[in-house]
Amino acid sequence: MQFVFLLEQVVNGLVLGGYYLLIALGLSLIFSVGGVVNLAHGAFYALGAYAAVTLGRYIGFAPAVAISPVLVALLGIAFERFILRRFYNQDPILSLLVTFGLAMIAEQSIRMIWGAAPLPASMPAELRGPVMVGEFLFSRYRLIMLLIVCVVLSGIWLLLNKTAFGRVVRAGIQQPDMVAALGIRLQPYMTAVVMLGVGIAALGGALFAPITIVHPAMGAEIITVAFVVVIIGGLGSFWGVVASALLVGVVRGVTIHFVPAAGEASMYVLMFLVLLLRPRGLLGESIEKFEK
Amino acid sequence: MTKQKTGALEGLGTISRRHALKLGAGFALTGLAMPSIARAQSSAIKIGHLTPKTGFLGALGDYATQGISLAVDQINAAGGIGGRQLDLMSEDSINPDTGTTKAQRMIERDNVDFLIGEISSATALAISQVATRNEKLFIAVGPRSDVLRGASCSKYMFCTDIPNTVMVNAVGTAIKGQGLVDGKRFMTLTADYVFGHDLLAAAKKFFDANNATLVTDELVATDVTDFSPFLIKVRQTQPDVVCLNLAGNQVTNFVKQYAEFGLPFPTVGFNLNTADAWAAGLGNLGGTWPTPWYDTIETDGSQAYVSAFQEKYGRMPENHSWISFVAMHIMAKAMTETGSTQTEELIEYLESGASFDLLKYRDGYFRKGDHQLIQEAFSFSVDDGAANEHDMIVLGDAVPGEGVDLETIFPTVEDGGCVI
Repeated sequence: MQFVFLLEQVVNGLVLGGYYLLIALGLSLIFSVGGVVNLAHGAFYALGAYAAVTLGRYIGFAPAVAISPVLVALLGIAFERFILRRFYNQDPILSLLVTFGLAMIAEQSIRMIWGAAPLPASMPAELRGPVMVGEFLFSRYRLIMLLIVCVVLSGIWLLLNKTAFGRVVRAGIQQPDMVAALGIRLQPYMTAVVMLGVGIAALGGALFAPITIVHPAMGAEIITVAFVVVIIGGLGSFWGVVASALLVGVVRGVTIHFVPAAGEASMYVLMFLVLLLRPRGLLGESIEKFEK
Repeated sequence: MTKQKTGALEGLGTISRRHALKLGAGFALTGLAMPSIARAQSSAIKIGHLTPKTGFLGALGDYATQGISLAVDQINAAGGIGGRQLDLMSEDSINPDTGTTKAQRMIERDNVDFLIGEISSATALAISQVATRNEKLFIAVGPRSDVLRGASCSKYMFCTDIPNTVMVNAVGTAIKGQGLVDGKRFMTLTADYVFGHDLLAAAKKFFDANNATLVTDELVATDVTDFSPFLIKVRQTQPDVVCLNLAGNQVTNFVKQYAEFGLPFPTVGFNLNTADAWAAGLGNLGGTWPTPWYDTIETDGSQAYVSAFQEKYGRMPENHSWISFVAMHIMAKAMTETGSTQTEELIEYLESGASFDLLKYRDGYFRKGDHQLIQEAFSFSVDDGAANEHDMIVLGDAVPGEGVDLETIFPTVEDGGCVI
């Protein structure tokens, strides 16, 4: 029976990994393309949650979850054009400081607009409840979320690997000068990637609003986990981030099974071990422009 | 032009230098001879308010700040204390380290007359040490750890909120009536810091005294936001009752995810702030919980406070705004009655057994032995069919019941181990 209990934690960890993925993937994409460590990424997650809860009061739960990431992605255009763009070829510490400041401005702005008190958020009653698959317990809502994550993941993979857009983005990551020499302007592609990255972070926020507390500091809470996932997975690697997110979910679940109080610490221990044995992360790629 | 000016000066010059010196000395002597209250009329009473305004207790601190600000506004509008206005300096305490630094600065540089505030038990303990070192009064408004009223009590600290043991007793009384205690198997989840451990100790005492069994306890780090691995352990454990000793945002996250997984075991909790309950949203919260106050208490004072708060801030008050409001009025009464802001005189008054209107059914008083405010407590349950988050909270009867000594729900001074 103990083994079944443990296996249940492993399977639940895989589901949880899907959630981490939504936040970490955008962070990794933005870094790969622009070399910018976006500490404000969590703010877009929080904005996605706040927008979904606010819109949900007027247009219902599902439309709000669909629309809020789009609205936040539009905000991402302004973010890229007026802020990030200035720092692509600058010392990384500058973008780090700017996005750190921006994260604090975003948190205070949320506090001023929606108030410091957490926002009540619920899901429709029909989405609640357990689903038993054999011996394993699942939440119906998380299975739906997992399905959405799979669709988004497949869409991004296809976009990056099977379209002309993806070819330019991938070439731009490795050889931006060569892409420019071929007469292709990378700027619109970078805008699109940032839009995509913050959009999926906002989708994460919108999907998680009914099952986590919606409060101004929620972005700051999630950003650390997202960084851990990206670092373990390896910068620039799509599948590295996927593998890392699932691994972090499983390690956390298994640790809680044996030593509950150490659950959150386990992911940092994992990061430490990975950095010790594979400094580039599990599947980290060599990106020439970052190797200097 | 010059001549005219000289003429004007000559007019003033009728007061000789020697005369001016005498006049100055006279003013100085008059000033020294004035009674302190008259001197005081020109200076405000300075109050140092520290409370978390960011972090996992930030939302509660925002309510606390609004509550104390409302009280200060009311007192100032009524003419202040002995003609002196109150000057409230309110800052974010952030954590024990920063709270310590700010408390020290408020005493040394800002010359505050007393310190008030805080929600975190850990930060309150740190501020209490600063207050004790400097022999300044500290009113610990919101922290609930029994330790602050027990082994870590201080002559200079008075605690106004209900302690952990009272929260356990308030909920315990209610769930005993529901048949959820005698012979039942409990599984607890506990916040892994001093407050949670303290609450667990109180819970264990209650289980032992009431023929209940603690099957297992899970310690939960304060930064946990996803409870799914814990929920799976709950299902694996199959307890009769799931009992929460969690804190702040943890409770809201847990109850939302408990509803999401749809587990069948009844839940009870020994700590939940009203704002965190509202944040859970409709359909997520269930079970029985403690509270020191709710806005449906139908006393005149309570309803007047609710109206004033709503009028000023456009939202409903919750328990931390209430206790901050009440604590400030307690201090106003103490300063008015003693005609002083001197620490020793205020301590003597607060220890005297004076009664205070807490906007509840019965007045409260500070117990001399451990400086905690003896008062009623309540439990609340949840109305699943309520139209909004506010209405879903259904307040139970006051504990202890009418005619029963208030101290019966508090640990004794000897049990707490406080030596002042």
